[in-house]
Amino acid sequence: MAGEEVVRLEDVWVHYDGVPVLEGINLDINQDDFLGIIGPNGGGKTTLLRVILGLVKPSQGRVTVLGSTPKRRRKFVSYVPQHSLFDQDFPVSVWDVALMGRVGQAGLFKRYRKEDNKAALNALQTVEMLDLKDRQIGELSGGQQQRVFIARALVAEPKLLLLDEPTASVDAPMMTEFYELLERLKQRMAIVLVTHDISAVSTYVDKIACLNRRLFYHHSKEISAEELEATYQCPIQLIAHGVPHRVLKEHD
Amino acid sequence: MGPLEYTFMQHALLAGLLAAVACGIIGVYVVVKRMVFISGGISHASFGGIGLGYYLGINPVLGALFFTVASALSMGVVTRRTRLAEDTAIGILWAIGMALGIIFIDLTPGYAPDLFGYLFGSILTVPSSDLITMLILDIAIIATVFLLYKEFLALSFDEEFGTAAGVPTEPLYLILLCLIALTVVVLIKVVGIILVIALLTIPAAMARQFTHSLKRMMLFSILFGVVFTTGGLWLSYELDLASGATIILVSGALFLASLGFARLHRRKQLQQPSQRG
Repeated sequence: MAGEEVVRLEDVWVHYDGVPVLEGINLDINQDDFLGIIGPNGGGKTTLLRVILGLVKPSQGRVTVLGSTPKRRRKFVSYVPQHSLFDQDFPVSVWDVALMGRVGQAGLFKRYRKEDNKAALNALQTVEMLDLKDRQIGELSGGQQQRVFIARALVAEPKLLLLDEPTASVDAPMMTEFYELLERLKQRMAIVLVTHDISAVSTYVDKIACLNRRLFYHHSKEISAEELEATYQCPIQLIAHGVPHRVLKEHD
Repeated sequence: MGPLEYTFMQHALLAGLLAAVACGIIGVYVVVKRMVFISGGISHASFGGIGLGYYLGINPVLGALFFTVASALSMGVVTRRTRLAEDTAIGILWAIGMALGIIFIDLTPGYAPDLFGYLFGSILTVPSSDLITMLILDIAIIATVFLLYKEFLALSFDEEFGTAAGVPTEPLYLILLCLIALTVVVLIKVVGIILVIALLTIPAAMARQFTHSLKRMMLFSILFGVVFTTGGLWLSYELDLASGATIILVSGALFLASLGFARLHRRKQLQQPSQRG
């Protein structure tokens, strides 16, 4: 069944100023996984992605990405950050932003080549943003920008795609479209989708993990009530928010 | 064509051109990556290098070259690697550099007659040797930006993504700071240490209003730099005013005018669709 192993975390701990953010995380992700990671804000979701990207060094434990260290494997891992990190007035076109996803592959001191341009064209087509390729990035709406950032992640043709709260700035009608895009992409790469929006994620992902410093994960969509409670600490409030947690169990 | 017959005027014009190229290219990064404060720090710290030049009895511009690159690198390392807030670290190194310059000059026997020129610019007294230094620095800046253009773009637009994509962002950031240091050295003779920051920001900020492409922004900003230095030089000659300060005031005035122009232009753009609808 499961294909090649893409990521393995063994007893990973991360501390910020001596305060634990991630505690003893064990996780393995395979080539054909579409994993949703849910959990409250401040539960360490972004940190976990940053560990896999090699942007945060664990204080303890081992991280293996495609058989090597995260830093050595950056060219095979793409990342869609929680937007708004850039200056909206930045003088750069949609096309150049998409092309930036190839900056690692193209190599230092070199220009972008034909295959880089082709990859950017394909990626912008996939997210249906090719028509706007000459626009300045700040002129686009939040949802459109998010699509461009997904294109930027796709041009690298990664083996693993990490998405951090990708629907934060996406409006409701585009949401379905967005998840359908991921559905198509998962044929080609492993996907990890981090969100605090349980209801959206539960219909589309194949596997769910809960993270609140500690990770609960059984390679399935099964999360027990106790684990949800341990993750969110306040299960009643959770259900009151209209998140029927049986959705997590009843699928297909 | 009165003034152009003088060698010092020809040198001054050339110096202005060379300065416009350096500040046109690097100023764009300073503006879009919001590195104005660290650039201010680097330019003021270069005074330490001027002082060192006097003390060692070498050309102060050469002294400034090495000292400025060293202080740019240490600012980069201190702001990235320590837990000090970036602006605090810059403020401290800014002052240390200037203080070192004063001490070096104190320790040097005799006068430092053209000290004022280094602080406020002395474009009318640029010797050929300094023009050659400026030309070499310009070539180094152009070559580096040409080779690392896509990496610098990734670094300026979204540093974290660049790192995650496998770009060595920290070394590249330090290289960019070194290029700022080289630009500062190119500009010292033209407008002086204190006013360098104006030429690093005004042409690029003005260019930004007319284009959304980084490359075109560099071309425009070089062009504006040429207009500012030449215009300022001519005006200072006609009115017998300090050249460095005149160049800056010409830049500032044209920048303010361009702001007003851009605003009018935007209002027109806003009005057009509403008339149609």
